[in-house]
Amino acid sequence: MATQAPGALTPWQGFARQYDYWLTVYKRTWRGGVVNSFATPLFYVLAMGVLLGGFIDADPDRLEGATSYLAFIVPGLVAAHAMTIAVSESTYPVMGAIKWHKTFFAQLATPLAVRDLVNAFVAFVIFRVASACAVFMLVLAPFGVFETWWGPFLAWVAQVLVGTAFSLLTFGYSARLRSEEGFGVLFRLGVLPLTLFSGAFFPIANLGPVLEWVARLTPLWHGVSLSRMFCLDTVDWPLAAVNLAVLLGLCVVGWFWSVRGLDKRLEV
Amino acid sequence: MATLVPRVIPAPLTPTHAARVLVLRNFVVYKSAWKLFLTGFLEPVLYLFSIGIGVGQLIDTFEFHGEQVPYAAFVAPAMLATSAFNGALLDSTFNVFFKLKYEKLYDQMLATPLTTGDIARGEITWGLIRGSVYSAAFLLVMVAMGLVESWWAVLALPAAVLIAFAFSAVCMALTTWMKSWQDFDKITLAQMPLFLFSATFFPVEAFGNSVLRWVVEATPLYRGVVLCRELTTGVVTWESAVSVVYLVVMGVLGLVVVRRRLDKLLLT
Repeated sequence: MATQAPGALTPWQGFARQYDYWLTVYKRTWRGGVVNSFATPLFYVLAMGVLLGGFIDADPDRLEGATSYLAFIVPGLVAAHAMTIAVSESTYPVMGAIKWHKTFFAQLATPLAVRDLVNAFVAFVIFRVASACAVFMLVLAPFGVFETWWGPFLAWVAQVLVGTAFSLLTFGYSARLRSEEGFGVLFRLGVLPLTLFSGAFFPIANLGPVLEWVARLTPLWHGVSLSRMFCLDTVDWPLAAVNLAVLLGLCVVGWFWSVRGLDKRLEV
Repeated sequence: MATLVPRVIPAPLTPTHAARVLVLRNFVVYKSAWKLFLTGFLEPVLYLFSIGIGVGQLIDTFEFHGEQVPYAAFVAPAMLATSAFNGALLDSTFNVFFKLKYEKLYDQMLATPLTTGDIARGEITWGLIRGSVYSAAFLLVMVAMGLVESWWAVLALPAAVLIAFAFSAVCMALTTWMKSWQDFDKITLAQMPLFLFSATFFPVEAFGNSVLRWVVEATPLYRGVVLCRELTTGVVTWESAVSVVYLVVMGVLGLVVVRRRLDKLLLT
């Protein structure tokens, strides 16, 4: 009888053996994330989009083609939200699994490989991002902020891609980090500036020519750009291809960066 | 024969001395986390650049007490107030909860001549010192950017400290009722709407003449935001005095409750 040697799991098998673990964790902890996943972004939409938007001229020339400030800000906010969830889910939980609960060490004592741990973890984060963004987009649909029926679906894919890229990049960072102090710095010097200056709240053209180009180099802007073009039906296909390539490229780089980082960390 | 040596009973500390000891303790601990301290200052500045200037290009001026105020000058004092609010909230909820429940720091302190009143005053004093450094730095940024229009602005610093005091005391009192980290959801649930709807990014007139406007005008952060705005734009009115009294009363009440709760939690 052929028995499988330990360590000979295919990536799919490795992943499939892990999903129930994260599902169980989620079943027990989902309440903790509800406010941050759903209430906070809706408050932002109301405050910035509806109330502040009431004071802003709906001039499509100055709002990248949007016919209202609300329509302008929504796709950007959802993309930024995808990033925020992905980063926060890949910081403390990763450090916990390495340093505090040592979940990863336990999992590695089974036939699972480091690659499987990364895949299953990030898949769980993608699930979180995908569900939060989907709910968000559905809630906003009746406000008339989408120009076509199919655009929001593609925009949602772009948002999930943003979440995947940021989850993988952050995972690699967390896997190398020794003290949780580094997370505070990551949120303040990474997440917050990206949220504020990647074109979610205002067109990056308002930043002036030099900073506009800096904004174009940030990963979140590519996501915001894709999300907004699809929602507003102003798709510039060559630009969309560039945005997509950047995000996919970051996912690939992030995956190798995560697997290597975790591999080294768990060796000790 | 052994001679009896009289036992030395330590002299009770005066409240000022006790507060000084506690502040020193926090300072020593905090020195190792200087990166967090430094980046904490950036938060309001980034909001000012993003919303005040980036979004400000889409908005003309706002009317405030009959005067036309440019958008950045409108948002800046609100950022001063909200950063005092956010800082006080973080310090007096998460940090206090951790010290109370996990570090058992206050139990240790009570084994010394310190009293619960000393602990309440000392912790809040430390928060205020930290907050006023941030506020002073932010005010300097405002001056450098030409967003201060009157000498009354000198009083904006004590106003920010007053906001921090009121919220520190009340939030520390609320923290004594918390049982687990999940309870912090409720804090976020109160913090986000206060931050976004306290006439921070748009005038209170956005609510029209509805009941909602009255509710907003009665919330503490709104009083703080308007107070700072009145001081930096130089339009000081009787309403400013109302705000000051409101915040002082709120802080003192909070302090009384904290002391009684700590007595109940730690001395029985």
